[in-house]
This record gives sequence, structure tokens and C-alpha cells, in this order.
Amino acid sequence: MDYNHKWVQIKESLKPKIHNFRESLFLLGRNKLTAAAMFILLAIILTALFAPYIIPYPEHIEDAVNMQEKFLEPSKEHLFGTDEMGRDIFSRTLYGSRVSLKTAIIAVALALIIGVPLGAIAGTIGGVLDEVIMRITDVFLSFPPLLLAIVFVSTMGPSLNNAIAAIALSWWPWYTRLVRGQAISLKERKFVQAAETIGTSRLKIIMRHIVPNTISPVIVQASMDMGGVILTVAALSFLGLGAQAPQPEWGLMINVSKNYFPDIWWYSVFPGLAIFITVLVFNLIGDGIREILDPKTRKK
Amino acid sequence: MPRYIVKRLFNGLIVLLGVITITFFIARVIPSDPAAKWVGARATPEQKAAAVVELGLDQPLHIQYGTYLQDLLHGDLGRSLNSKQEITTELANYLPATFELVIIAFLFAVMIGIPLGIYSAKKNGKLLDHVSRFFSIGAVSLPTFWVGLILQLIFYRMLGWLPLGGRISVEASIFSTIPDITGLLILDCALTGQWNLFIDALKHIILPAITISLYPIGLVARMTRSALLEILNEDYIVASRSYGIRETRVLWRYALKNSLGATATVVALSMGYTLVNTFLTETIFSWPGLGSYVSKSVVTLDLPAIVGISLVSAFFYVILNLIADIIIAMDPRIRL
Repeated sequence: MDYNHKWVQIKESLKPKIHNFRESLFLLGRNKLTAAAMFILLAIILTALFAPYIIPYPEHIEDAVNMQEKFLEPSKEHLFGTDEMGRDIFSRTLYGSRVSLKTAIIAVALALIIGVPLGAIAGTIGGVLDEVIMRITDVFLSFPPLLLAIVFVSTMGPSLNNAIAAIALSWWPWYTRLVRGQAISLKERKFVQAAETIGTSRLKIIMRHIVPNTISPVIVQASMDMGGVILTVAALSFLGLGAQAPQPEWGLMINVSKNYFPDIWWYSVFPGLAIFITVLVFNLIGDGIREILDPKTRKK
Repeated sequence: MPRYIVKRLFNGLIVLLGVITITFFIARVIPSDPAAKWVGARATPEQKAAAVVELGLDQPLHIQYGTYLQDLLHGDLGRSLNSKQEITTELANYLPATFELVIIAFLFAVMIGIPLGIYSAKKNGKLLDHVSRFFSIGAVSLPTFWVGLILQLIFYRMLGWLPLGGRISVEASIFSTIPDITGLLILDCALTGQWNLFIDALKHIILPAITISLYPIGLVARMTRSALLEILNEDYIVASRSYGIRETRVLWRYALKNSLGATATVVALSMGYTLVNTFLTETIFSWPGLGSYVSKSVVTLDLPAIVGISLVSAFFYVILNLIADIIIAMDPRIRL
């Protein structure tokens, strides 16, 4: 197979997918709840991207101390009130979207980097290697969620980076399983068998033929996982194992606010609301995707 | 079926061994100097060297692993870095409170989740169905620790109906002797007939139990709904309806019975999943269970205690999975 021909084939194979993607987007938008969720998600992403420019008190992201203004109730100047150091909670909550989204994206990306190649290898090569890899994923998946992350961060020392590594460590097996399933069916396809016949090396088959073809289900799955990952980051930070002061991270803010609760209720309520809305939006979109992917519900 | 269960049991054992191995390697291979933590910051080099020998850290890794497995088989999880107490003993002290909380939470989950699922199946596609979909997705999206705080805000600060936290009020613990028979406080109060204590304990458990139950309620409702919807199309349901049997009887007796297997599986599985939520909730409500132990150990980075809790949790997790497998296997319609 000459290079040119392969390129044509790849282009051909891409076409229906792009079409499907547009169609899927259209179907997603038809469900009003999902459409609303996508709209809010866009707003959250924009907030995260431009947070430093739109928040009213950018200097409050760092350790600014302003003791005369501590624990002010929500007002026009401070929509969400102020915290124990007189910092504007509204600014810090908005900025928190940047921290949470960034953390979640890096954690999922790391999990993909570990999980996808292992799944492709297990599915394509099979045999003992497959058996070993799958038993390892079984063990990782049988940890109660979060606990592996807690053990890992406690050993490595608490920090946001270690929390990201810990989440990746407990999340990769899901992608390994997904990709393995895909790889097993791809392996039987003609283009893979053709590549095998002309003596393409296994590594090249995996990297060139198997992995690229598993990308779209993996991306769908990864985007559906974002909500869960954001929640996990917040939970770890709440336990003191994630973000460290003075980072404006939602879970950490709630952890600190707990000491002044319930008198300074606004300190806990607003960051939590931010977590809830962000995760809800991701999960609603994920549910919408699941619905249009499921042939039983798709027809409607 | 016995063969199937033995196979699952064997799988469960392998998984446990894997969990033990992973935690062992995380705790020992990542450089974290456990001996230094054991003796504290102000120890002399000699004390540290003695601790290395005492903890067996001078042995090669495979010997350490062997000793570790042997200790585990004897129920020995090592000693806490904080209290220097046996972790097994400490866990045994904290376990009943968590157990009680989880039981009550799952009672809520079943009592609210199943009817919610039934009604949304009955009203398939109507408003209540949408509300229940939104509720179950919402329940999964809520940060548990935050829900706890919000409930405290409403029921303690605004309404003043329920206490802020703890397992029993301070006055009650001073003026009366707290019964301790099973370790489950509510049950013990009922057994000894101390009804005012019983009410007091009940009031304390409501908020944390609701917090924990939100997630399984959503799950149970969704599962009951989808299982019921499938069954309601079966011939025998159509037949009973055409005989003129009342709809409530068809729904609650004939259809529900066949959907409960799926629900029971979800309950067993979500219990394992809820474990971590329980930990977070306990922290908020100062509930003296495993969760408080976890957060205490996390703050001081008491690694042996954290590993111990993880192993015990993994153990329960495997058991619950096994129970779920057995429930599935009990369904005569499934041939294994």
C-alpha cells in the first residue's frame, strides 16, 4: 500500500465521522436540558479562560490580607462576601473554575496516556500479555474510589500535582478497558489485516491503525468523565490532600470555611455551588451523549 | 451455581491480594522515609536506626512483603504513627458508628429510591419522570461534603430542628450511661429501653444519613425505573392486566418482584461506592466513625493508618461485589 493511497483511505474514513459529529451535536442540542447544559459549560470555559481579566479583585487570588474587610456578608461590593483574610469570595470562586478545569483536564490526559496504549496493546496482541494487563486493571478498579488516591497522596505528600497524579493513577484502567474492547474488533478489520500481511510491525500497527481509530469513543468517554474527576479533585482538596493555601480551589475553600461554619455560611455555600453546577453540567451533557449513542433511545 | 460462586470468591481473593500488593508498594517503594515519621522530627540518628530495625525496614523488599502478608493474615495492620496503638484495635472502635450510619442511609435509599423509581416508570416520559432523571443526575453531581454543610445550615441554623453533629448530645452523654451492647447506638438504646436517648441518637443520625443516601437514592430510582419499564412490556403483565387485575397490584406485586434483583445489585454495589462519601460526611458531622479516623490520619499523614483503612474498605468492597454477584446468580432466569 503506497503512502498516497493510505492517505486517501484515512481521509475517507474521517468523512463519515465528521458528519456524525455534526449530527450528534444537532441531536444533543435537541434535548433542551442538554442544550442548556452546553450553554452553561461554554460560559464556564470562557470564565476559566479569561478569569484574570474579568474578576473584580484579581489581587485577592494570592495571599492578599485585608483584615478590616474579613467576613463581610454578601453585598454589592462583594457578591459572595469575603473570607477570613478579607478576600473577595466571588473573585476566588470564579478563578477556581480555572484551577478545577485545568486540573481535571491534565488528570484525564495523564490517565489517557497510561490507559490508551495499554488497552491497545492488550487488545491487539492478546494472549498472556492481555491477561496480565486486564488482571492489573481489575485490581485497580476494585479499590473503592478515591481511596487509592488518598493512599498515594499521603505517601507522596499533599499537593495539587500529586493529587492529579493520584487521580490519573486510579482512572487509567477505565480507558484501558475501553480501548481494549475497540482494539479487539478493529484487529479483525481488513485494513489491519492488510497491514499485517505486508509485514508492518506490531508497534506500527498499534500506533498507526489501532489507536487513531479508538480516539473518538475515548474522547467521548473522557468528556463524560470530567464531572467525576472535578468532584474527585474537590474531595481530595477538601481532605487537605489536593490544592494548598492560598490556591483558590473550591474544595480547599470549603475545607477552610468549615472552621467558621455555620456563622460565615457564604464562605461554604458559594464555592460548593460552583462545584455542583460545573459537575452537573458535565454530567447532563454526558447523559445526553449516552442517550444519543444508545440505539434504543436514539430514534426518539 | 456453586461453581460460579467459588470462582467469584477466588477472583475476590486475587483482587484483595492485588490491593494489598499495590498499597504495599506505594507505601514502601515511594521514598517517604517511614522510620523518620515513626520516631518523629526530633529523634537522634541512633533512635532512627533502631526504628529502621524495629519496623523491619532493613530487610530486603520481598522479605518485608512476606512479613507484611503474614501480619495481615493474623489481622495485624501495624501501628498508627500518631497514637502508636494497634490499627486493628482503633479500627474496631470506629467501625460500628460507620456501620450504623451506612445501614440507616441505605434504609433511606431503599425506602425513597424504589417508590421514586416505580412512579417514574409509571409516568414514563412525563414531568415526574424528568424530575427523577434530573434528581438522579443531580445526586451524582453533588459534592457530598457540601451537601452536609447545606443541610446543617437549613436544619440546624435556620430551622433549629436537628443537631449540628456528633452521635449524641453532650448533655445526654454526661447525664446518662450510654449503653454499649452491639456498638450500634440506636439499636442499643432500643434494647435497653432508654427511649429519650434513642430519640436523641435518632435525631443525630438523620442529617448525615440523608447526606449519604442521596447518591444511592438516585441510583436505586434509575435502576428500578429501567428494570420495571422492561418488565412492564412482558406478556405476563399484559395478561394480568387483561384479566382486570388492579394496576397497583400488577405494578407492586407482579412487576416489582422481578425487577428487585437488579435493584438489589445496585444497592450492594453502590454501598461500596458510597463508602468514601461516608468518610467525607462523617468529617462534616463529627461522626466518630472511620471517616473521622481517615481525616485525622490524613492531616498528620499517618500512612499505616491510612493503608489499614484502605485495606479494610477494600475488603468490604470485595464482599459487597461478591454479594452482588450472588444476587445476580440467584435469579433463576439467568443460567451461568
